[in-house]
Amino acid sequence: MAQVTTVVLGRGRRGMSGLDVLLGVLLLGAVTFAFKLVGPLAAGKLTLSPAVTRIAELLPTALIAGLVVTQTFDGAAMDAKVLGVLAATLAVALRAPFAVVVLIGAASAALLRAVGLP
Amino acid sequence: MTPDPEPISHDRSDSDTSTHDEGLLLQAIVVGLAVAAFGVAFGVAAVSAGMPAWMAVLSSVVVFAGASQFAFVAVTASADPLTGAISGILLNLRIIAFSLALAPRLGPAPLAGRILDGYLITDESAALAFEGDRTGTRRRLRVAGASVGLFWVAATALGAYGGDLLGDVRAYGLDVAFPAAFVALLAPALRRPGGLPIALSAGLIALLGMQVLPTGPVVLLAGLAVLPWLRSRPWSSDAGGAA
Repeated sequence: MAQVTTVVLGRGRRGMSGLDVLLGVLLLGAVTFAFKLVGPLAAGKLTLSPAVTRIAELLPTALIAGLVVTQTFDGAAMDAKVLGVLAATLAVALRAPFAVVVLIGAASAALLRAVGLP
Repeated sequence: MTPDPEPISHDRSDSDTSTHDEGLLLQAIVVGLAVAAFGVAFGVAAVSAGMPAWMAVLSSVVVFAGASQFAFVAVTASADPLTGAISGILLNLRIIAFSLALAPRLGPAPLAGRILDGYLITDESAALAFEGDRTGTRRRLRVAGASVGLFWVAATALGAYGGDLLGDVRAYGLDVAFPAAFVALLAPALRRPGGLPIALSAGLIALLGMQVLPTGPVVLLAGLAVLPWLRSRPWSSDAGGAA
């Protein structure tokens, strides 16, 4: 686990247990709940402007793509993780369902590590 | 979590209520199991990043929106909690779109019921709620939402408290489940106009950015990839595949 801490994510154990992190979780939770409630509480009273709708539908694609890259290339240029994500991408191209994609990514990385790849 | 409504098939012409309910329950459990796989990965990843197990579980109860929880952990670990929360909030903007799209189909209900409906809205439960006849929307949202919620929280706890029992999670490739899940999340958007160029340019921005900046700002910077596309035609008014 400690290895994952340093390899995958840099902040380390101590940095993720503070009050500031708890407040961050609560802030994310409160705003997300507000987003979810917009429909059931304001149905008929509120319509989004086309610009806001457009940003809301496009922004997650860019942010998730950014996360894929930062989470994938955090080690060597071509390690088991990179190849595992590549396998998952192939599965997506073949229209595999969500759970299968995750499974293929994890399993192929596990397999490659079992045969000695870093 | 998975915003792709495609894998869920629903018999729209169903008139037998008991078969209908059994079908719904089965669908809800299948979706719940898929979410559970992601939940275990989240619990393990959160604890690996240094988050206490109880906080990972709390996150699944309070936030209850998987991709943003992952993003929060990844960005907070390399930057700070505020940048992490902002990343998650921006990711969750899409929820406004399908919450608004779902609302007219829900019909009137007491305030407490509407608050419950709101809480239960996730990518998966909304996708299931949109499938089928209008009058059954609330029932489908609640059954699917309850299933997804229970599996999500239980799986997070399993990953967070049980991850240590697994030993080195890298041997199981669980650290790869994280980016693999994000690739899967991208799938519906990639099939829409502009989706692929946005993802590729955002990826390129991130790749260049991470040479000089920490993860948090890099992820936000990748968001700039949408700018050339803001004036193009909207994907649709159906919110099912908004992510």
